[in-house]
Amino acid sequence: MADPVLSLSHLSKSFGALKATDDVSLTLMPGEIHALIGPNGAGKSTLIGQISGRIAPDAGTITFKGRDITGLSVAQRARLGLGRSFQISSLIPEYSARRNVMLGLQARQGHSFRFLKPVMRDRRLKEEAGAILSKVGLAGRASVPSAELSHGERRLLEIAVALALEPACFLLDEPMAGMGAEGVGALVDFLRGLKAQAPILLIEHDMDAVFALADRLSVLVYGRIIASGSVEEIRNDPAVREAYLGDSE
Amino acid sequence: MPDNRREYALNAVLALGLLLVPLWAYWAGSPFTITVFTRIAIFALAAVGLNIALGLGGMVSFGHAVYFGVGGYVAGIAAQHAFNGETFLGIAGANQMLIIWPIAMIAAGLLAAVIGAFSLRTSGIFFIMITLAFAQMVYYFAISWPTYGGEDGLPIYVRNTFPGLNTMRPWNLFILCWCLLMLAIGAFALIRASRFGAALMAIRQNPDRVAAVGISPFGIKLAAFVISAMITGLAGALMADLSRFASPAAMAWTMSGELIVIIILGGTGRLFGPVAGAAVLVGFEVIFGGMTEHWRLWLGLVLLLTVLFARGGIVTLIAGRERLG
Repeated sequence: MADPVLSLSHLSKSFGALKATDDVSLTLMPGEIHALIGPNGAGKSTLIGQISGRIAPDAGTITFKGRDITGLSVAQRARLGLGRSFQISSLIPEYSARRNVMLGLQARQGHSFRFLKPVMRDRRLKEEAGAILSKVGLAGRASVPSAELSHGERRLLEIAVALALEPACFLLDEPMAGMGAEGVGALVDFLRGLKAQAPILLIEHDMDAVFALADRLSVLVYGRIIASGSVEEIRNDPAVREAYLGDSE
Repeated sequence: MPDNRREYALNAVLALGLLLVPLWAYWAGSPFTITVFTRIAIFALAAVGLNIALGLGGMVSFGHAVYFGVGGYVAGIAAQHAFNGETFLGIAGANQMLIIWPIAMIAAGLLAAVIGAFSLRTSGIFFIMITLAFAQMVYYFAISWPTYGGEDGLPIYVRNTFPGLNTMRPWNLFILCWCLLMLAIGAFALIRASRFGAALMAIRQNPDRVAAVGISPFGIKLAAFVISAMITGLAGALMADLSRFASPAAMAWTMSGELIVIIILGGTGRLFGPVAGAAVLVGFEVIFGGMTEHWRLWLGLVLLLTVLFARGGIVTLIAGRERLG
């Protein structure tokens, strides 16, 4: 079996008496979509925060591409190839869609201490950004400031910025949040193609989308992973049905 | 990108107006007018510096007067040593502006690197307070240092010199200040359009997003803070030579406030905002300062109106909002 791209091992984080992350271990293998689901308050955001580097775990290690990244900053992790999208769209509001993507490209190239050349006259950077926007279907909105984009368009721009980083793994925090059914369908198709480029750790509320996409599922409840396995296994797991999916019978 | 014709026109009016009025005053024989416009140019230069930190990077430094003051002290100390026939930093006759300016900029930059390294770990109100606290520390250090004048400040008996110019003549000093202001505005434009500027302006809007794409906000902000302080330090050296006095008051927190006022009046982050803001500030000082000691009351009123009804200042009022592209 290949080595995992990303692995969490015995991660724990408490806020006072609240165990937000309780001995969580999981892996993300090359070429897969691993979905993390859980009810509100299960600790998904805290876990994402620890993976991205915004929150320091109390115990446990995070390994990315064979390297212990537990002590690295958000920016250092991103430079290693951890590309994330935010649950609540987090873009540069006054920058156009194109310029948001260009910032990602600039970051990937690592050339942010350049003072002389005007970035908006960098034709190659602009064209590359345009190509990425076309991939997510935002080519026609390239010049619009991201604050003026619709909610669904901002979700897509989040993905486009992550694409610009050409990451070794995507960390997508509820990419479908607040999208209409049509948008979700298109995004599901898009993500299915995306996993060939890099594996995806998908945190998502939309169950239909998760079941359609995920190769593996982990269920987080009260900071603890109560089950992990294929879509079929999780669907039939009695503990999961009780805790999360809601036993309708 | 100022692809806005009205902004180009306004910038041209401001740049040329700042040049042509003193030129007229030169022919008309009004050295006072030239000195007033030199003050505008120097305050504008100081504010161009602050505009990099505040306008582009969103760092509300409430201690930029300290760099302005340090620049002034470099000019004053150099002049005093030269006047006494002593060396300054091992340089004999260091009353050359071409020597003083780099020293003033480096001194301000080093100080900003230290202050920034601490204060940039915070943000919001804490950043404002820490920059203020550092500036006040340096201010009290300056007024308690008798070698260089202490509370009385440091008079400059003979202005520092510039090759080929007699800096004691108002017009000559003015043209130096005007050229430096234009150079600084050019540098500001370059920085704003560059990759560095793209990262800096993005950090102002959303630092978490910038970190998530892999650019450390801290390094970018610190570099911008240092560049910002260097330009303000240069302005301080010029101001000391203009008033022939290196004053501890140039480091006082009221001065930091005035620099922020200039930027808010002119237009935060706008290329020629500092020029417009400095013209209003110095204009009020000259016009109302002659009538009443309390001229700042009227300035306060204008500031209030700006904040309430013309966010984005004079430049935005005339040329419209800026689109970052």
